[in-house]
Parts: sequence; C-alpha cells; structure tokens
Amino acid sequence: MADLSSSFLGIKSPNPFWLASAPPTDKEINVRRAFEAGWGGVVWKTLGEDGPPIVNVNGKRYESLLSDQRRVIGFNNIELITDRPLRTNLDEIRRIKRDWPERALVVSLMVPCEEGAWKAILPMVEDTGCDGVELNFGCPHGMSERGMGSAVGQVPEYIEMVARWCKLYTRLPVIVKLTPNIADIRHPARAAKAGGADAVSLINTINSVMGVDLHSMRMKPSVGPQGSHGGYCGPAVKPIALNMVAEIARDPATAGLPISGIGGITTWRDAAEFIALGAGNVQVCTAAMVYGFKIVQDLCDGLANFMDEQGYGSVQQMVGLAVPSIVNWNQLNLNHVEKAVIDQDLCIQCGRCHVVCEDTSHQAISAMKDGRRHFEVIEEECVGCNLCASICPVPGCISMKVLQPGQLDKRTGQLVSADYANWTTHPNNPARAA
Amino acid sequence: MSSPTVPPLAAGRLSQAEYARNFADAHPPLTPVQAQLEAERCYYCFDAPCTVACPTGIDIPTFIARIAQGNLRGAARTILEENVLGGMCARVCPTEVLCEQACVRHTQEDKPVTIGLLQRRATDAYFAEPGAPLFTRAAPSGRRVAVVGAGPAGLSCAHRLAMLGHAVTLYDDKPKLGGLNEYGLATYKTVDGFAQKEIDWLLSIGGIEVKARHSLGRDMHLDALARDHDAVFLGLGLAGVNTLGIAEPADAAARAAVDFIAELRQAASPADVPVGRRVVVIGGGMTAVDAAVQSRLLGAEDVTIVYRRGPDAMSASGDEQRWAQTNGVSIKHWAAPQQMLVAGGRVLGVRFARTEMRAGRLVNSGECFDLEADMVLKAIGQSFEAQPLGLSLTLKDGRIATDAEGRTSHPKIWAGGDCRHGGRDLTVEAVEHGKVAALAIDRVLRA
Repeated sequence: MADLSSSFLGIKSPNPFWLASAPPTDKEINVRRAFEAGWGGVVWKTLGEDGPPIVNVNGKRYESLLSDQRRVIGFNNIELITDRPLRTNLDEIRRIKRDWPERALVVSLMVPCEEGAWKAILPMVEDTGCDGVELNFGCPHGMSERGMGSAVGQVPEYIEMVARWCKLYTRLPVIVKLTPNIADIRHPARAAKAGGADAVSLINTINSVMGVDLHSMRMKPSVGPQGSHGGYCGPAVKPIALNMVAEIARDPATAGLPISGIGGITTWRDAAEFIALGAGNVQVCTAAMVYGFKIVQDLCDGLANFMDEQGYGSVQQMVGLAVPSIVNWNQLNLNHVEKAVIDQDLCIQCGRCHVVCEDTSHQAISAMKDGRRHFEVIEEECVGCNLCASICPVPGCISMKVLQPGQLDKRTGQLVSADYANWTTHPNNPARAA
Repeated sequence: MSSPTVPPLAAGRLSQAEYARNFADAHPPLTPVQAQLEAERCYYCFDAPCTVACPTGIDIPTFIARIAQGNLRGAARTILEENVLGGMCARVCPTEVLCEQACVRHTQEDKPVTIGLLQRRATDAYFAEPGAPLFTRAAPSGRRVAVVGAGPAGLSCAHRLAMLGHAVTLYDDKPKLGGLNEYGLATYKTVDGFAQKEIDWLLSIGGIEVKARHSLGRDMHLDALARDHDAVFLGLGLAGVNTLGIAEPADAAARAAVDFIAELRQAASPADVPVGRRVVVIGGGMTAVDAAVQSRLLGAEDVTIVYRRGPDAMSASGDEQRWAQTNGVSIKHWAAPQQMLVAGGRVLGVRFARTEMRAGRLVNSGECFDLEADMVLKAIGQSFEAQPLGLSLTLKDGRIATDAEGRTSHPKIWAGGDCRHGGRDLTVEAVEHGKVAALAIDRVLRA
C-alpha cells in the first residue's frame, strides 16, 4: 500500500489532505469530527486580532451553482473570519493539538497591516503548540473593505512586508495564502518568497455574484433586500486554480517554493492533479461542505490505489511531475496533427458532435451515410480541435488519433513532419527568429 | 362448469375502496422533482431520433429542455403545437415502441428518458393553469369545413382548421365528443375526466360549431356535406366489430370488448359494471389488454387472453403484455376459438383449437382444449363501415384510400384516423392525420 504520509514544511500529517481555513475548521467540535473522519490536518479558520469579536450576517452566507442532477459545481460565501473570541479559539487549538499530535494543525491569521498587530498575535498562536501559520491574504469579501485579506494579497509589497514581520516574530513555518483576484499570480508569489515565507497556498476564493432572483430582482445570495459579492470556490474553479499553481511552479523566480494546492478538490483525482502540477499537499473545503467529512476516506483510498497502480511510493514522488508539460503557447509543436475518431460501436447516435462541429467549428462530422443516421469524421476538414470529444456524452466514444510522421494530413494534403516547429520559427510569424 | 346457483355476471364484486384503488391512475405522474431530474437526462440530440419516431413530430428535446429550465408553458406549447391532444397522448401513447424506443439513452443504458411521463408533466402543468391562450385563430377565411367524427383525428383537424381561420362544424354520432379517447380507453389511463377537459380546452379556440348525436347517413349525408362546405374531413373510426367466425350465442355475457370498455368508461362507478368470474378475452391488441385487465380490476377471478399467434405478433406492445400479466391476466398463445360452449343459452366456455405455423401459414394443429368462462370478450379487431358514406369513395383493404395528406378520391373530402387505409391505429397517428389534412385543406382552399 502506498505511503500517503506527508511532510509539508516539516509539518507531518498521515495524509496530504488538509481541511482549508473555512467554516469546517471554525470550532473544536468540527475539527474533532474531521480528525475522527481521517483528515490529515486542518488550517484553523482565520483568527483576527484580540478585541470585539467579528460580526457575521444572520442570513444567507452561502449559495451554490448547481449542475444537472443538482450537483454543486460552484459555491460562494460571504462569511467573515471567525466570530468567536480569540481566547476561545486559542484554547481549543491547544486542546486539539494536545489530543491529536500526529495531525497537522495550522492556524490562519488576518490582522491589520501593522507590524504591532502581527507582533502581538503571533506569540499567542505559537503558544498553542500549533504547527504553522497561514496568512490570509486572500479573503475577497468583507474583510478586504477593512484593508485586510485580498486587499493585502493584491499588493505584492504588502505581502512581502507582512511575511517578513511574521518570519521575524515567530519560529513557526509561514504559509501565505494567495488571492486569485489579481492579474498575474506570479507577482504575489514572488513577493511572498521575497518576504521569507516558507510556502504559498492557493487559490483563495474568487469575487462572485452567484445569480439574481428574477422575481425579487435581488442578487444571490442576499441578506434581506441586499447582497454583497462573495468568494467563489468549488469544482468550477479547479481549472483556474490549477493554472495558478502551475504558473508558480514553473516560474523560475519561485521554482521550488512549496505550494499547498486549493481550489475545488473533490476527488482523489483532483488532488493528484494539483500534486502533479507542483502542490506538496492539498486543502479541501467545498467538497466537505457539500458531502461531509467522510469524503477524506475516499480521497485517501483513491490516491493510494492510484499510487500503487502507478508505482509511486510516496506523494512526494508525484509532486510537479506534470509541470514540464506546461509551456507557453509559442512553444507548441505546430507540426503535430490529430484527427477525431468516432468509435461506431460505442456511438449512441445523439448527433451532438455533428451539430456542434457544423454550427460552431469546422463542419468535419457528417450525419448521414447510405441514407442512414451515421456520424463520421471528415478527415479532410478535421483540425483536431477536440470539441466533439469534449462534448460527447459517451466516455471513450470519440478519441483523438495522432498522425505519425510521414502520414498524410488529408486536410492540408501534406505529409506530417517529424520535425518540431513552433510559432517562434513559423514562416507566418513576422517576428520569427532568423 | 360454473354452478347454476352463482350468477355468472355480477356487478359490485369489490368494496368501494378496492374499486378506487384499482381504477386510480395506472401510471401516476412524475412529481416536479422527478420530472426535473428526468428532464436533465435528455442529451438534446441533433435531429433527435425520438422526434423522428413521434408520429406527430413533437420537438421532444426542446420540450424536455424547457421542463429542465422551468419553462413549463414553453414545454407545453412545443408539445401542443404539433399534437393538440398531447395531454391524452402522454397517457396512452405506446412510447416504448415510439419515442422512447428511439431514445439514445435506450441505446446507451437500456433506460430511455421517460418522454411520455415528461410530456404529461408539461401538459398537466399547463392544463392546471392555462393562462392566456396558447393558440389563437387567424383572420376568418370565409371558408367552411365539415369535420365528421370527433375522435382524435377529427378533433385535431378541427382545431388546426380553426387556428387557420376556417369555420368548422364538428359532427359526432355519440353524445360526447372524443371518440376512442372518451369511449375506447381503459378507465385507469385517463382518470378525473381528463378526456372531456382536454376537449373543452381544445374547443376554446373558437370557430368550431359542435353537433353531437349527428350520425352520418342518418342525420346528414356526405354528398350534401360536400356540397354545402368547402371541404369535408372524415374521422369516422372503425364502427364495426370483427366476428369470430363461429356461432355465437345471444347471451350478453359474450360481447365485444370495445362495448365492455365503453360501458366501464361511461359508468358512474365501476361498481355498476357486471363482470364474470372467469373471463376469456379473445384477441391480441391493446383492446384485448384493456378489457382483460379491467375485468381483473372489476373482480374477475380468472382472466385469460387467448391469441392465435405468438407474443411477437401481438399488436399489444411488450409493455402492454407485461402490464396485463402484472395484473394477473394470463396470456395463452397459439390458440383460435372453435366453438362457444353454451348451455341453456348461457355461455359456459370456449373450445379452442391449438394453432401453429406450417409452411408460412397459420393452421390448426388438430388439438383442442376448453376454457371455462362465464364471460367472453371479443377483441379481434374492428372494421370500417363504409355504408354510411352513401357515396363512393375509393377504399383499400376495406378502409378509405387517401394520398399522403389524407385526400380521398373525392377532391373535397379528406380522411384520417383509423378509417384511413395504411395506418397503425394509434391515437397519436390519428392526431397527425387530422393536422396534416387540415394543412392540406387550408392550402387547397387558399389556392
């Protein structure tokens, strides 16, 4: 059986699955249930500075985006950081760490962008015996209006400054949680590294309005007659998160900086994808809020079976394996040619491949053969775009065949070249390299 | 043989609660949640095979997508604009051999989208709250069309003609409109007076003058109708009942299944309808199944359908056959009636000859068996009665010959539904006949 044990920044956990800082990790009772279910670690819901507790709304905090069959594919929240007294949280964190020493317990923090505020809270947190801190520079709603959360995460100079303070005032590992609400994720990651942060975690949630109630003409979710944008997460954000994780992983300026991957992870497969793109471990929230804590058992079992099947002895062996596969567009081999192939034995004749290719792509799938309904790729027209395979309802029915060097591309009438040739050298590129 | 002290036929065999249960909706509608989940299974196929398989060509993926999107009125419009009796067809169509058989989900996982139930969801929701009219009449054309027969074909034709602006007179010889929808369907297929509600809605478009209890050949004549109108549509159905070809007693316990079904549909309560203890139904179609199942539901102990060929040759679909068997009806194949067993003028049973295929022909094997019965229902098909036409229209195989649009050998007369040659005797097909003929009539009248 594969060894799922994880050491992220030296923080040990029996598996690489941590619960992200969020409602599921707000209280002792939740975290106990999480550990009993098998979670490798938690990032405790963000603590703020000592003083009057945060006030949350007493109405809708969440709203979902549903796919067919009422599956949650997107999720949004307007909950603020913990609304319980700092002391209460610290006492609970201490008890939990005492009772579950082999699980990872990282504490998320968000205090004003003043050195004194960080200097004050860090020793109190460190005193609980927790394993590390995560700086919440990502929360995009509510707290950002007060100059915290994503308001910090959107200014690389602030990130660097605060990270430096934290490294100064605590011996604990420091993880900087990044906001995706920014033009280029590499800049905040570089700033975190420059400030001495030990790792970054991403993504936090995305600014979002989930919808509009068309009868009341109010945005969703709303608190009475009004609503406010919230943070978007869940399966729908995974591709955005994967891109950002990979951007940091392949940026020479941050290469090797540990990454805790976050964003819509629901299955072991999702987790393995984050790991393959450079995440040393992963954090999960939405899936637990949709299905409960028990899912961690499926995450662990699925990942372990996959690793056994593929011969990976540890999670660490998989980290970043897919990063080299990501390049800039101008590095893609323009001599590579694929054609769609429809498996007629699997085809159920829905015809969607035909109509979408006809309406929106290259008119490369015919609908009739010998007077009968029959869907077949017209290689003379097919550009290998993968639209048909992407929308086919039958798994494995449409596949993409790679033409080998020397084979005829019926669309261009040319033989496929064995040479690698990208845009930088393409004759149509006015700025091509000589 | 049955004891002479026990009346062979009796009404009120069951308690009121049993009748209520037995004659409730045979296939209850989907709940809104079920409908939503089912609608989301539709793949929204290109040139959808289900639509191709629907005799009325309803754009099924569109109406299902509209259900999934919470646009039930739009869904109902999509159905009703192609099939104005889409509410009844949702109840009675043999979808398992039409749209649902063609469903690609059927190909993929042997579990088609339940199109019939979704159609019922859309139409039920619409009829529960119709709101503004879905269909309105075009400007009056000044043309007058007689529609004879207010079954599915005639109703469909009359509605489409009215929509197109023509003035329609709709005749039917029965006191109530609907034809087989009102008199020919099993009671549990259309509960709560749905057939009449649907017709009331259909007529609400206006421009249709109804003349019930008007019998062709008695109260009006086809030559006069053709003379006095710009066009005539005949949706006469099949008035004749095929005979067994053997001597039949005068006993009321040996009767046509269609009459039994009609009596039950028209009864104030099923408790009023007498049924035998042992019932034999002869035939292999939906009429046989409806009569047999309803005999069971009225309290008959033993009900047997006897059909002269094998299960594949039955015109009742596999689902219908299973429905009968689920309801305790046994089906005997390969047997043809030889002789009614009668004593004192009363039916005691039927003697059957076993049949087999020999050199491509159905023949008696020479072996016989008797089935005891105190009630025998004949369901071996109906036939077109041409005599009321009074003038000569070309017939083919005993039914009215038409072109693809339903025009008969008389240039002013169209025909559709079961009386027209070449159909499959389906409600949904009759609706299509009426619609297509109305469009053809409109085209001719405007030429």
